Amino acid sequence: MQRLLTWIDDRFPLSKLWEEQWGKYVAPKNFNFWYYFGSLAGFVLVLQIVTGIFLAMSYKPDATKAFDSIEYIMRDVSGGWLIRYMHSTGASAFFIVVYLHMFRGLLYGSYRKPRELLWIIGCCIYLALMAEAFFGYLLPWGQMSYWGAQVIVNLFSTVPFVGDALGTWIRGDYTISDVTLNRFFSFHVVAVPLLLLILVAVHLMALHEVGSNNPDGIEIKKQPKDPKTGIPLDGIYSHPYYTIKDLVGVVFFLIVFSIVMFFMPDVGGYFLESNNFIPADPLKTPEHIAPVWYFTPYYAILRAVPSFMASQFWGVLAMGASVIIFVFLPWLDRGAVKSIRYRGPLYKSWLAVFVVSFLILGYLGTVPVTVWGQFTGGWADALDTKDRATWVARVLTLLYFLFFLLMPWYTTRDKTKPVPERVRW
Amino acid sequence: MVKGARILIAGLLCAAAGTALAEGARLMGAPEGSKFEREASLLRGARDFANYCLNCHGAQFMRYNRLTDLGLSEAQIKDNLMFASDKIGGAMTVAMSRKDAVSWFGAAPPDLSVEARVRGRDWLYSYLLAFYRDDKTPTGWNNLVFPSVAMPHVLWSLQGTQKLVESEYEDQEKAEAAAIAAKGLALVEPAPGGKFVVKTLAEDVPGTLSGAEYKGFVGDLVNYLDYIGEPAKSERINIGIVVLIFLGVLFALVYSLKREYWNDLH
Repeated sequence: MQRLLTWIDDRFPLSKLWEEQWGKYVAPKNFNFWYYFGSLAGFVLVLQIVTGIFLAMSYKPDATKAFDSIEYIMRDVSGGWLIRYMHSTGASAFFIVVYLHMFRGLLYGSYRKPRELLWIIGCCIYLALMAEAFFGYLLPWGQMSYWGAQVIVNLFSTVPFVGDALGTWIRGDYTISDVTLNRFFSFHVVAVPLLLLILVAVHLMALHEVGSNNPDGIEIKKQPKDPKTGIPLDGIYSHPYYTIKDLVGVVFFLIVFSIVMFFMPDVGGYFLESNNFIPADPLKTPEHIAPVWYFTPYYAILRAVPSFMASQFWGVLAMGASVIIFVFLPWLDRGAVKSIRYRGPLYKSWLAVFVVSFLILGYLGTVPVTVWGQFTGGWADALDTKDRATWVARVLTLLYFLFFLLMPWYTTRDKTKPVPERVRW
Repeated sequence: MVKGARILIAGLLCAAAGTALAEGARLMGAPEGSKFEREASLLRGARDFANYCLNCHGAQFMRYNRLTDLGLSEAQIKDNLMFASDKIGGAMTVAMSRKDAVSWFGAAPPDLSVEARVRGRDWLYSYLLAFYRDDKTPTGWNNLVFPSVAMPHVLWSLQGTQKLVESEYEDQEKAEAAAIAAKGLALVEPAPGGKFVVKTLAEDVPGTLSGAEYKGFVGDLVNYLDYIGEPAKSERINIGIVVLIFLGVLFALVYSLKREYWNDLH
């Protein structure tokens, strides 16, 4: 065995690669609950790729057969229902772990120098993931697939001057059709997964270059080295310590995942929308079109922005900005410390405001704008819309953006606590 | 661009037309029944589906031989349930063409394979209880849960006929309270002059089944529709329990392994 390894190492840097990327990678020893979600995201990526390979063996990307082929998978393919539910539950699980992974970054300032590029690559992964989810959601060819895609492609049609041409170019047709289904299938199973894998590899390489942040925001590389081991005082080898710890995380995740997948795969219409069990019908617009839950905060922002100069493009811009704005965090944050543990009340309050806004916007994106009724009284006539929910969404959208835009101001003024020399654990 | 934007706006404001009222009738909960009752109920449902539904509604994703799930043998299925096909591995399709269906009923009867996943059990249960006589419709029937539905009351000889009872209330609050007090199917609708009307149903002419028997009959059909919506459901739950037990044991092992490794850190 050892001779085989030497033989390979003489020809390919296998041991070197392993040691640099994981085996001899030194990580802070104080990772907490929030540090499970990176490895879990990687695990879900593999799960989605493997189940996706099996689904593609029986799925037919053809407007006349796509819906039927999914039911065929659910009924006639051995274990097909299991593979399909793993993939559909995995899609939502992917967003859950990625959102928690990103929130970890906000908690502990993981995007701060020297990890700016690492953060930006992560944002690119998030964008690619959104594209992957969007393309994949058309494939079951149900009513929500069809009309959801219709609405989202029409977002691009609101771009001034070139919008119509852009929409046609994306669809490959004047309406969502068989042509669109085929190209979305191609993007979903080849282009975007390839991009995701490359981005994830780059993300990991960048991480192992700069080193992991930790709940205290202390740079362990700047610490003196342990005279015995030669590694930073608060550092430990990833392998075996984090290998085994992440494994605990994966098994725990699988328990939660299995509870959902085996006992409630629809999750009350949030993971699998009931309207999507109706085959796509281009002539029949559903009463209520809602994207799947992971897009709803942005959908709520889109709906909240009023049309201006007879164009919906402003809402689209706001929605785009609300996703892209994460990229600028490393430069918006001027705080003296990284971690929430040593931040002052200003950052803590604004982070809370952001989280609450994101969650309520997410809820509002799943329901019709009429959900909370309408303002009554003469003064309400002056408003462009009387729907209470729309006004709440407008306020929350404003707060969402203020969290980012005011960050240079409130992080400089915040009363921070001194950061200790050694990590707490 | 204008057209695209218009569809977008339509999509965004799609729900604006529906007020809080238009959410439809108050539904009745479909009885779940114990596991033992369910097995018998599914068999009755399979029989009644083949006899009463399968003439117009297909279940094109459901194969006859899948019914062996319910404990039937292929011979039993062939002798008792297969009126429309002679292939045991064939799907439950109907002979009626879409075109004929549209000209006869105004709309083609939907395929029922996954109808339970679209509508939910309670909706289906309530729908089949909610037909009433209405001279204004082409079929002479209307439905409280699905107003102006094209389907006539196929099961009328069993249920008998119901008539609509309308009572008017001054404001929405009182109307909603009355709808809840009706303890059954009830629909609140705005009436002219700012008033609200509560629509409920009352028995007119009795059918061959009693009220309770008919509810049981509909409950069986709903159970069956629920089953064909996802035939793998019971297998899914059974496997899920085994998987969770396995993962629980695995978790205990992996966790103690982790503690063992991390013991030497301080």
